[in-house]
Amino acid sequence: MHLETDVLVIGAGGAGMYAALEADRAGASVILADRSLIGRGGATVMAQMTVAVALGEQTPDHWEYHLADTLTAGRGLCDERLAAILCEDGPRRIREMDDWKVGWAREDGHIKQAQAPGHDRPRCVYVDFLSTGPAVSRTLRTQLNGVSGIRRIGDLAIVDIAVRDGEACGAVALHVPTGRIVTIAARSVVIATGGLTRLYRRNSASSNMGGDGYALALRAGAELIDMEFVQFFPIGHLAPRLVGMDPIMWDPFRYKLGGKLLNSEMQEFEEGYASADTRSDGNYVLTRDLATYAISKEVEAGRGSPAGGAYLSFQHIPEADIRRAFGPVVDRLAANGIDLARQPVEVAPIAHYHMGGIRVDDALQTKIAGLYACGEAVGGANGANRLSGNAITEALVFGARAGRHAALRASNGAVAWSAEAARPAVDLVNSATRRDAPNTAAMIVELQALMAEKAGPFRTDENLRIAADALARLTRDIGETPLSSADGFDPVLVDWLDLRNMLLVAQSVVLPALARTESRGAHQREDYPGLDDSWAVNQLVSLSDGRLELSRSAPVTGRGAA
Amino acid sequence: MKATLAIQRGSPGEASHTETLEVAFEPGQSVLDGLRVLRRDIDPSLAFRFSCINANACKECMMLIDGKVDYACTVRLKEGVTTLAPLPKKKLIRDLVTEIAPPDERLLPSS
Ligand SMILES: Cc1cc2nc3c(=O)[nH]c(=O)nc-3n(C[C@H](O)[C@H](O)[C@H](O)COP(=O)(O)OP(=O)(O)OC[C@H]3O[C@@H](n4cnc5c(N)ncnc54)[C@H](O)[C@@H]3O)c2cc1C
Ligand code: FES
Repeated sequence: MHLETDVLVIGAGGAGMYAALEADRAGASVILADRSLIGRGGATVMAQMTVAVALGEQTPDHWEYHLADTLTAGRGLCDERLAAILCEDGPRRIREMDDWKVGWAREDGHIKQAQAPGHDRPRCVYVDFLSTGPAVSRTLRTQLNGVSGIRRIGDLAIVDIAVRDGEACGAVALHVPTGRIVTIAARSVVIATGGLTRLYRRNSASSNMGGDGYALALRAGAELIDMEFVQFFPIGHLAPRLVGMDPIMWDPFRYKLGGKLLNSEMQEFEEGYASADTRSDGNYVLTRDLATYAISKEVEAGRGSPAGGAYLSFQHIPEADIRRAFGPVVDRLAANGIDLARQPVEVAPIAHYHMGGIRVDDALQTKIAGLYACGEAVGGANGANRLSGNAITEALVFGARAGRHAALRASNGAVAWSAEAARPAVDLVNSATRRDAPNTAAMIVELQALMAEKAGPFRTDENLRIAADALARLTRDIGETPLSSADGFDPVLVDWLDLRNMLLVAQSVVLPALARTESRGAHQREDYPGLDDSWAVNQLVSLSDGRLELSRSAPVTGRGAA
Repeated sequence: MKATLAIQRGSPGEASHTETLEVAFEPGQSVLDGLRVLRRDIDPSLAFRFSCINANACKECMMLIDGKVDYACTVRLKEGVTTLAPLPKKKLIRDLVTEIAPPDERLLPSS
C-alpha cells in the first residue's frame, strides 16, 4: 500500500500531535502515524505531574530565569539555542493549551504554579489530581479531531526513513494488525517518537519507548548527541506491586507532603549525600541525580529495602493531611492495598527520560534535509540533566516548531519520492521468516537487564566494555533476517524490529558513556568521579557503513529567535 | 503461587482454541504481568495489546477476563483458573487482540 502527504509525523505524543496541528495550520497536508493508538502510546499520556514555564502568574518571572535554571541543570552541555527556544516559546504553548481548555489548576483567579527542584521560583503548572499528561493528550486529540487536513493512522510502526540524494522523501511502515507493508511519500518527515527508557529493566516506559526514532535517524544518516545522558528518576515505585498507576507518582506526594527516604535500618540518609548547593527546599533534599546516587549507594552498602531499593515513608504525616492533598488518589492506592499512614512503600531509581537524542538545528532539522525531530527524541536542550517539568514544555514547543518548519519546506518544493529509497526496508520486512531462533521476548528482557547492570546510572570502564561485548553478541544472535510467527498481528516480528532498534540505540548509549571519562549530570562514572573541565563538550554518534562513529563538538552557545 | 490462564487463541476465519498455561506469580501481579511472562518463557507468538504496563493510561489492554470486560493491567492474577478471551463486540485480529482504534484513526476503513 502506498500513501502520499506533504508532512509525515512519526509518533502521536505531545510533540507529534502539536507538530501535526502546526503543519496543518501552515497549510500542509499531514499524516500522523503511531505504532500504537493516537495520543496513547507514549510518555505524554502517562505523565502525571508538572509543566515548567515562565508564565509569571504565581510570582513575577521571565523566561530568561527559566533558561538560567535550565542551563545550570544541564551542567555546561546544553545547546543554548534550543534551551532558549524551549523557555521563550513555552508560555505561548501553555497559554494556547489553556485556550484549548486543558484545565491548568487555578487559584485566586490565576494559573497556579508550583515550586519544583532546580527551579528558582514557583514555575510549574499542572492539572489536578495527577492528570497533567492525560489532560494534555486529550486536549491535543480533541484539536486533531477538529481538523480535516490531518490523517491519523494508528497501529502503523515506522520501520525506516526513505532517503534520496541525502534528503528525506518518506518512510516505510509495518501495519501491525495486518502485517502489511506501507510506503509513505512525504516532502518532510518529523520524528516525534519519544525516548528510550525501555532499554532499562526498571523504567517508567511504555512498550513503545525503545528508542525507535534514534535508530531511524541514525540509519537515515542523521547524528545523535549526548546519548550517554539517561535520566534516572530516584524514587520510582518498586513494591508492593502497584498497578493502574504511574510508577513515578511518588514525586508529587513527596513534593506536597515531604515524605522521608529511609534505608533498611529505618534511618534517613539523604543528608549524608547533600552538599550546600544541591539543597533546594525543605521538602526535597536532593536533586534527581544525587538522590539516585544516594539510594544506589545505600543498596550497595547492604542497607537496601527487601525489593532492592529504599523505603519512602509518610507515616509521620497526619492521615487527614494526606487525604486533603491527594483525595481520590488515596482511594486508588487503597485499592492496591497501600495505606500510607500505616506502611512505607519501596522505591528505587528507574530510567525515566533521555536528555540525549537526535541532533537538530534551530529549525529542528537534522543533518538530513527534510528530516526533522521534536520532543524527547531531540537531544541538546537539557544537556547533561533535565529540570523537572521541562520535558512536556519541550514536547509542545519543539513539536509546534518542527511542524511549522516541516510544512514550510514542503511548500517550497522538496525531493520527490523514490521507490528505490524505500526498497531496503521493504525487502527487510518482506524477508521475515519463521525459523528456530532465540525467543525475542526473552532477548528484550536480557537486553534490559544488561543495560541496567552495566550501563545504568553508575558506570565503570569494565562494565561498559562488558555491555558493549554483550550488545555485539545479541546483535549477532538476532541476525539480519527478521523473525516472524504469524500472519497479521505478529508480536515476534514486532519484537525483532524492536530489538534491531534497541540494540543499535543501546550501543549508541554505551559508546559515548565509555569515552566520557568524567562524571557530569546523569552520567556518573565510578572510576572517574567529578567533573573534568576538558569534557565540557558534546559527543556525537553517527552511523557509517554499518559502524557507529563517535566525535566531539563544542556546545552551541548564543540565542536564536524563538 | 500459580495461576492457570485459559486463553482463547486463533485468527479470524479459523476455529478458535483454548490454550491453558500455568504461570507463577506473586500476590498483586496483574493478568498483564502474567501474559508477559508467558511470552518470555513459553510462547512469544501469543498476541495481546498493551502499551503503558503500569499506568492504566493507554487503555489498550482491554479483554474479556472471566467473562467480564476489563483491563489486563488492573485485574490481579489469582490462584486457580482465569479465562481470557478477546473483546466480543470488536472485530478479532488475533488471539486476544481486537480492532479497538476509532474508525477514523485506522489505515483501512474496513479493518
Ligand atoms: C511516567 C512518566 C511521567 C512523566 N512526568 C513528567 C512530568 O510530570 N513533567 C514533564 O515535563 N515530563 C514528564 N515526563 C516526561 C515527558 O512526559 C516526556 O518527555 C514527553 O511527554 C515526551 O513527549 P513526546 O511527544 O516527545 O513523546 P511520547 O509522548 O513518548 O510519544 C511518542 C510516540 O511515538 C510513538 N512511536 C514510537 N516509535 C514509533 C514508530 N517506530 N512508529 C510510529 N510511532 C512510534 C509512540 O507510540 C508514542 O505514542 C514523564 C514521563 C513518563 C514516562
Ligand atoms: S496496559 Fe495501558 S491501560 Fe492497561
